[in-house]
Amino acid sequence: MAGIEDHHGGTNRAEEFLQIFKKGAEFTQDLLKENERLRFQILKLEEKERQEPGAPSDDATVRKLQEKIAALEEEKAQILDRIREVEEENLDFANRYVDIENENNMLANLYIASYQLHSTLDFNEVLQIILEIVINLIGAEQFGVMLLDEKTNSLRAVGSEGIERDELPVIELGEGVIGQMAKTGENYFVDDLEHYQKDLTNPMVCIPLKIKEHVIGVIVIYSLLEQKSRFAEVDYELFTLLAGHAATAIFSSKLYSESERKLTTIQGFIDLMTK
Amino acid sequence: MSAFKVLIVEDSPTMRQLIVFALKRIRGLQISEANDGVDGLKKLSAERFDLIFTDINMPIMDGLKLVSLVRNDPGYKDVPIVIITTEGANEDRERALALGANEYITKPIQTTKIMDAARRLLPLTV
Repeated sequence: MAGIEDHHGGTNRAEEFLQIFKKGAEFTQDLLKENERLRFQILKLEEKERQEPGAPSDDATVRKLQEKIAALEEEKAQILDRIREVEEENLDFANRYVDIENENNMLANLYIASYQLHSTLDFNEVLQIILEIVINLIGAEQFGVMLLDEKTNSLRAVGSEGIERDELPVIELGEGVIGQMAKTGENYFVDDLEHYQKDLTNPMVCIPLKIKEHVIGVIVIYSLLEQKSRFAEVDYELFTLLAGHAATAIFSSKLYSESERKLTTIQGFIDLMTK
Repeated sequence: MSAFKVLIVEDSPTMRQLIVFALKRIRGLQISEANDGVDGLKKLSAERFDLIFTDINMPIMDGLKLVSLVRNDPGYKDVPIVIITTEGANEDRERALALGANEYITKPIQTTKIMDAARRLLPLTV
């Protein structure tokens, strides 16, 4: 009995072993198949790489992106530089615009002033307009207008503001600052406006009234309005231009007055002789 | 575009011309002129103005008197007034502002200051 059982037990174990062996064989077969599939995949990838050598790998992509970033950074720097240049240009234009606007304003004021000066042939009106212009456009507080008497070669005040006309001295041509400026025809401005002390023979500003190179008188300034502490650059130019117009207006009005006077005298003679 | 009426009260014709010339550079303004305070009041009673520029030192009626009279008129109590004067002292400025002036501009005349004052005080669209 025991022999039969042993025989049956051995058969079972052999079958079990056979089963395990079969499974092992199947597993090995599967492994071989998987191995073959993977080798095929590798071959395919290698083939693809051969056919498309430019296709990016991860490293290549990163490198390319870095290059692109560098190029963009450079472009950004160039754009920023250009923006800076444009901003500087804009600032320059804005400053030039302000300068031109100021010059335009000055020319407009000069136009009005000269228009007013030449709008009358009455000497007293011309004188009044000169005084108004010197106050309103120049900002002078105490000043005088002196005319040259060619018979006596002396300068005498014909109009003033802020000081009595009689207070202004009679100046000989060539005497002191006023006489010198009238002789040379040059503009005079004191160096230190802030510490200037009023002196009637030594004004802070002396501007000759000239027709071409012929001096007919001077404008002398002794003080400026409280709010005007100094002269602006345009003032110097304005002085000269206004003085030219003022001189012409004074000269024309004096000629006109003289001719009117002569005409009246002649008319008087004619009336006397004909009546 | 609406037209604003501006009155300039100033005894000096040259000064008036300078102010007119400055204001003409702003579009949409109708400008009238008066020789002194009394002339100014007459013009103010004849038509409605949106802005007044006035000098202080004038014959017959000065600018400060004009400001106080205008401010006491209910029809003109809110109309802006700009003073243009040679008086640069602080007390003059404070007095004028206390009487009801809106702006105080000192001479010598500066075109930009006049234009800026008009632009600030008028509801201009341009």
